[in-house]
Amino acid sequence: MTSSLRLRAAIVSIALFVAFVGVWHIATRSTGAVASMSPEYAKLMGVTATAGKSAMPGPFDVGAKLWEHVKQPFYDNGPNDKGLGIQLGYSIARVGLGYLLAVIVAIPLGFLIGMSPLINQALDPFIQVLKPISPLAWMPLALYTIKDSGLSAIFVIFICSVWPMLLNTAFGVAAVRKEWINVARTLEVGTLRRAFTVILPAAAPTILTGMRISIGIAWLVIVAAEMLVGGTGIGYFVWNEWNNLSITNVIIAILLIGVVGMLLDQILARFTRMVTFPE
Amino acid sequence: MTEKFISIEAIAKRYPGADGGEIAVFEALWLSMQRGEFACVIGHSGCGKTTVLNILAGLDAPSQGAVIVDGQAIEGTSLDRAVIFQSHALLPWRTVLGNVAYAVTSKWRHWDRAKVRAHAQTFIDLVGLTGAEHKRPSELSGGMKQRVGIARALSITPKIMLMDEPFSALDALTRGTLQDEVRRICLETGQTAFMITHDVDEAIYLADRIFLMTNGPGAVLAEIVENPLPKDRGRTDLHRHPYYYAVRNHIVDFLVSRSKSFATETPDHDPRNVPVVRIGKPGLMIAAGDDELRQASWPGSSRSSTSY
Repeated sequence: MTSSLRLRAAIVSIALFVAFVGVWHIATRSTGAVASMSPEYAKLMGVTATAGKSAMPGPFDVGAKLWEHVKQPFYDNGPNDKGLGIQLGYSIARVGLGYLLAVIVAIPLGFLIGMSPLINQALDPFIQVLKPISPLAWMPLALYTIKDSGLSAIFVIFICSVWPMLLNTAFGVAAVRKEWINVARTLEVGTLRRAFTVILPAAAPTILTGMRISIGIAWLVIVAAEMLVGGTGIGYFVWNEWNNLSITNVIIAILLIGVVGMLLDQILARFTRMVTFPE
Repeated sequence: MTEKFISIEAIAKRYPGADGGEIAVFEALWLSMQRGEFACVIGHSGCGKTTVLNILAGLDAPSQGAVIVDGQAIEGTSLDRAVIFQSHALLPWRTVLGNVAYAVTSKWRHWDRAKVRAHAQTFIDLVGLTGAEHKRPSELSGGMKQRVGIARALSITPKIMLMDEPFSALDALTRGTLQDEVRRICLETGQTAFMITHDVDEAIYLADRIFLMTNGPGAVLAEIVENPLPKDRGRTDLHRHPYYYAVRNHIVDFLVSRSKSFATETPDHDPRNVPVVRIGKPGLMIAAGDDELRQASWPGSSRSSTSY
C-alpha cells in the first residue's frame, strides 16, 4: 500500500515537473516584435531584439548551460570566472566554519542556561534583544572591526546560526525528565558524567532540531552575505551573473542553492534520527 | 529490642503556603526499621508518603529532623539506597543491559566491561528477563520495564530498596507475578525494603509491618500493624488465612474512616510512641480445631504501645 502510494506520488511529481517545463518552454518560446534596424546596429543588439527571442531563457537553454557547468565544475579563469563547484565550495566552507563556531559556542552555553536558572534569567534579556536582529545588520560592524570581508561573512553566519541552537539546547536541557535526573542522583553519578550520560542523550533530539534550523538559516544568509562581500561564493556568483545579464546562470545558481540547502538539511535530519529514541 | 537499621527521627516537611505561611505535610514523624525487614506505608494521596520515601532516598531534604541509616545520618542520595520508581524511569536510549550496566558502572567505576556485563546479566536473569538484554525499553511491556527497574535497583546491592508504588501502573496479573518476584528476592537476599502502596492486599502479602498514615496536610503515622501471617505465606492462599480478614478489615477501616478522623479523635497521639497493632497475638484467643491459634472474634486486636 505504501509502495503504491510512493509510486503514485512519484508519478504526480514527474507530471508536475513535465508540465512546469512545458509551460516554461512555451512561455519563453514566443517571438516578440522584431524592430527593423541596420545590420551594424543589429550586431550590437542581442537575439532578443533581432530575432524576437524571449529575454528569459527557456528550459533547454538552462539545461544545456547546466550540463556545461556539470562537465567543468572546477575551472578557474580568474576572479570573475570560476566554476560553480569552486563557488559552491567557498560558500559551503564559509557556512561550515561559521556554523562550527556557533556549535562550539551555543551548545556549552545552552547547557549552562538550561542547567542554571540563574544564568537563564541573567542572559535572557540579552538573548531576547540580540535574537531578532537580522544577521546582515551586523555586516558593517563586522567589516569595520574585522577588516576582512571573508571573515565578516563567516561572522554573519556564526551570529545567525547561534540563536536557534542556543535556545533549543537550553530548552532541551531544561526539559530533561526529572525522573531520569533522579535516577542519576540515586546512583551518585557526578555532574559531568550526568551531563554526558543522561542530559546529553535526553536533550540530543531537541539540540539536533535546533542545529537543523540553524543550518537552514545559515544557508539562507550566506547568499545574501556573499552578495555584499563579493569576491567568491555562490551569492557573489548570482550577483555577478546578474551584472553579466546571464539569466541562465542566475537560474542555475538558484537551482543549485536549493539542492545544496536540501542536502545540508537532509544530513542534519539523518543525525537527528540517529539520536532520537522511541519512548 | 533489636538495633534500628533505619531511624527516621522527628522529620517534618513544610511548603510555603498561599498566604505567606507554611503548610506542613507532616510534622515530627518518627519511624524505624530493622535490617531485613519489609515495610509498607499505606495512606491516602497527599499524606506525604512519597515525600517520606524521597527523604529516605535523599532526593528531598526534610525541613527539620534527621534520617539515620546504619548508624549514620544521611546526606543526599547514596548507592546504599536504591529507588524503584513508579514510572520505572528507564533511560530509553539504553538497552535493558545498558540500563542495568549504567547502575553497575556507577557503583563500581573501575570494573572492566566484561565484569560489568556479567554482573548486570546476573540481575537480569534474576528478574526473569533473560533473552531481552538487547531490547530497548520502548519494546518492553509495562511489567518487563518494571522488572528492569527492579534489576537495576538490585544490581547495586543496596542496603535498602525504596519502592514508590512500583506496581500501581501494571495490570492485576502482572502485578501479582512481580509481587511474587519481589517477595522471593527480598526473602532470598534478606533485603531491607520500604514500599509505598495503595493496595491493601499487596501490603499484607509483602510487608512484615504496615505503617498507616493519616490524611495530610499535617499527616501523622497513626499505627503500625504487625503482619500476623506466617513468613511462608503464598499470594494465592493469602485470603484463606484466619487472620487475613482481620488485618485487611482493620486497614480498610482505617483508610475509609479513621484516617480522616484520627487527628481529632486522638489529640494525645505521641508520634514517638506509635501504637502497634498485633492482630490475634495475645488477648482473646481460643484454640481452633487444629493446633493453630485462631482469633475468637473481631474486634480482638490488642493495642499496646511500645517505644519505637
